[in-house]
Amino acid sequence: MNAPRTPLNLDSKAPDGPIETAWDRHRQAIRLVNPANKRKYTVIVVGTGLAGASASATLAQLGYNVEAFCFQDSPRRAHSIAAQGGINAAKNYQNDGDSVYRLFYDTVKGGDFRAREQNVYRLAQVSVDIIDQCVAQGVPFARDYGGMLANRSFGGALVSRTFYARGQTGQQLLLGAYSALSEQIAKGKVKMHTRTEMLEVVVVDGKAKGIVVRDLRTGAVRSHAADAVVLATGGYGNVFYFATNAKGCNVTAAWRAYKKGAGFANPCFTQIHPTCIPFMGEHQSKLTLMSESLRNDGRVWVPKKQGDTRPPSQIPDAERDYYLERIYPTFGNLVPRDVASRAAKRMVDEGKTVVPGGMGVYLDFRDAIARLGRDAVADRYGNLFEMYERITGDSPFETPMKIYPASHYTMGGLWVDYNLMTTVPGLYAVGEANFSDHGANRLGASALMQGLADGYFVLPYTIGDFLAGEKAGFDDTSHAAFKDAEKAVAQRTDTLMSLSGTKSADHFHRELGHLMWEHCGMARTKEGLEAALPKVADLKERFWAEVNVPGSGDTLNQALERAGRVADFIEFGEVMVRDALTREESCGAHFREEFQTADNEARRDDENFQHGAIWAYEGEGVAPSRHIEPLEFRYVKPSQRSYK
Amino acid sequence: MKVTLKVWRQSGPDAEGAFETFTDVPVDPAMSFLEMLDTVNVQLEAEGKEPVVFDHDCREGICGACGAVVNGLAHGPGKRSTLCQLHLRSFNDGDEITVEPWRASAFPVVRDLMVDRSSFDRIIQAGGYVSVRTGSAPDGNAMPIGKPVADRAMEAATCIGCGACVAACPNASAMLFTSAKVSHLGLVPQGQAERDSRVLGMVDQMDAEGFGGCTNHRECEAACPKGIGVEYIAQLNRDLVRANLGSAAK
Ligand SMILES: Cc1cc2nc3c(=O)[nH]c(=O)nc-3n(C[C@H](O)[C@H](O)[C@H](O)COP(=O)(O)OP(=O)(O)OC[C@H]3O[C@@H](n4cnc5c(N)ncnc54)[C@H](O)[C@@H]3O)c2cc1C
Ligand code: FES
Repeated sequence: MNAPRTPLNLDSKAPDGPIETAWDRHRQAIRLVNPANKRKYTVIVVGTGLAGASASATLAQLGYNVEAFCFQDSPRRAHSIAAQGGINAAKNYQNDGDSVYRLFYDTVKGGDFRAREQNVYRLAQVSVDIIDQCVAQGVPFARDYGGMLANRSFGGALVSRTFYARGQTGQQLLLGAYSALSEQIAKGKVKMHTRTEMLEVVVVDGKAKGIVVRDLRTGAVRSHAADAVVLATGGYGNVFYFATNAKGCNVTAAWRAYKKGAGFANPCFTQIHPTCIPFMGEHQSKLTLMSESLRNDGRVWVPKKQGDTRPPSQIPDAERDYYLERIYPTFGNLVPRDVASRAAKRMVDEGKTVVPGGMGVYLDFRDAIARLGRDAVADRYGNLFEMYERITGDSPFETPMKIYPASHYTMGGLWVDYNLMTTVPGLYAVGEANFSDHGANRLGASALMQGLADGYFVLPYTIGDFLAGEKAGFDDTSHAAFKDAEKAVAQRTDTLMSLSGTKSADHFHRELGHLMWEHCGMARTKEGLEAALPKVADLKERFWAEVNVPGSGDTLNQALERAGRVADFIEFGEVMVRDALTREESCGAHFREEFQTADNEARRDDENFQHGAIWAYEGEGVAPSRHIEPLEFRYVKPSQRSYK
Repeated sequence: MKVTLKVWRQSGPDAEGAFETFTDVPVDPAMSFLEMLDTVNVQLEAEGKEPVVFDHDCREGICGACGAVVNGLAHGPGKRSTLCQLHLRSFNDGDEITVEPWRASAFPVVRDLMVDRSSFDRIIQAGGYVSVRTGSAPDGNAMPIGKPVADRAMEAATCIGCGACVAACPNASAMLFTSAKVSHLGLVPQGQAERDSRVLGMVDQMDAEGFGGCTNHRECEAACPKGIGVEYIAQLNRDLVRANLGSAAK
């Protein structure tokens, strides 16, 4: 590892003292912008999913001017729309012993002790406000017959704290945030730029002061200046190509920020979701998630016998291995995702698997249907069953679902301090784009919570601390930093357009995905990761020689959009592999085969790796440098996670 | 299995469009419709030709980005499904499949199968929200909402804003889309304060965008991938009468 050029400022600014009052004390201590002056400031928000739409709407309500951007044709289509299962909050409406502390505890433990305690505590605190806010917007959460809000359970928790709107929770929450955003657009406080892709962050005198974008309709490259920039651009799960993410999800915005000095934290913390419809053929373009909520009532099993070829209906109970219930009697089918995914992989690796195909385990509703009746099961999971049947042709009412793990969520992301600011002053990251509060593994229903916590309740206040120290109204897009960034974008486009290879960008994306899944997926080894590095480098070289991008750069060109994103994914893949290689322990979703307990659980190394690993860009063709943020656990004492 | 595709190609909003034919496209019955278009595009890109432009993202029937008229039907022959959820098993070997963009003056073609649906966003901006400042909300359980009402509101709220209702309607009316939002918020107690201004604002905007009127063809309901029914249009009409009476009384 080479010496870093510029040391990163990794001061977390997390308050000391009692954690219960940390957020309140912090809010009192930070600087505020005078209400009358807020309208003189402009904030750029890139991304209008849950995190970005909620942040934009709230910033605008506070009086700031907001310039918001998304690459879809409408903010309502952000990837957040696809979230199915629900959103956590420590409301304790069920009176089952939930509390802010318990949600905090579950999240720190679920993340395998790799998150910052103060951030997580704050997240648990504001979780209750999120539900109130969304209800007030008219979000139609599920209710019981008495008219009260209903809850379900998710993995990694022993209480029922997940709020939901059928299997469309993300849709309803996003539409809520989108409606709040729409109100501010109508009022002229938010200027919304759809079908616009951010391709550069512009840093002026060490501070983020704008972005360069490409108008996807016309190909025009434009600069936008502001007093601060917020990235709410989502996760990078599509680095594996096959993922449950929407096709447009990409790492480009975060990657460009990284190249401008933002540290990238824990890129190897990628979540593989245990319940997805298995891979069925090369024609496929993505994998589909079956919500974790199904594990509330579905039972996971495989045949006890290796290579059993009987259809599931002909395998009697005595010859089935309900392995999650067997190995983890306390949490049973509701163990956290990383645990469930690895257990499924182990079963399949041992040859205990589904037919036909041999790449999956069963998720069975037979007993739930017998216990609750078909109607009650349909009421809870009807639309998920329909979705499953539409894709596979099988009805889960008649035969068990087949499921297998797939790339789903990324805990890694841009490093942020307690104020959600990256290592570039004035550049913030919210939602899945930051390295978040989930440590090495996110619990189900906690991403929606975090995105909305960041956007509604944290960023709009913490950003004031930075803005208060800035002269308002920066608008100098003629500054050399903007011109350089515009030139860089134009040059990149020209280079891509000038290549006349014979392969589509998609071809290289698939190849990258395969490579990452093999070497840096559910289980990783030193040898595998070391072998991956030259392969990624080779892929990069071939991409820039063999890709073909038809059409032209100064018009709508989806092939060009794809190519740009794939190029960034390839570069990013290298850093992800390096991170997995240097983290010589297993924790949460990061499983290094060399580091496991006798019963195949992740073995952490707290002495050497109780930290966030932050990667800094050191220039083209130079290895990135690795920095650390040590983590301290004053409340939840690190222990070997046990869900038995 | 192989199919022949006739796909609408149009280089820009003001350009003339025409069908381009792709013969003997090899497909797999398990493929989705968009995956078939991907296959065509991968081939086109490798040959240095411009791929067919279409909107898509989630490919799970929820983002509302995708959509095209397939053999005359919005989102194709699948029942209650978006284009991305339509699978080739719904077609036969040798079929000729025609693919066109949504056609409505309020949805101008951007390119090929991609249209501009920002008119939908502007309808929402004209009142499709509850004005509530972040942080000012009462406890979520302070106002009980009976399950039947919550369920009906949810049904209306499942609209994905894809535009199939407009594409299917002979008048290119946006009544189903607008009524779904009006009904969702009109059903729940939180939406009552702005109920009148909401319906008036949204309907005005709908007219200003150039969408046609509703003359009860019910094609929208048949095309809606979420199964949203015309009873919500009736609800909108009742709310509109109510609001007009209210504003006349003022
Ligand atoms: C299938 C599925 C189901 C899920 N279910 C749940 C669940 O039940 N509960 C839960 O808590 N979590 C769930 N998650 C996770 C959760 O949905 C996401 O983590 C979360 O929605 C991310 O929100 P976001 O606002 O950070 O980003 P996104 O919603 O991904 O939004 C990103 C935004 O950034 C924009 N953008 C990106 N790059 C650029 C660029 N370069 N220029 C301009 N704009 C850009 C996009 O246009 C978009 O507006 C699920 C995820 C998946 C895949
Ligand atoms: S791509 Fe999202 S609905 Fe079809």
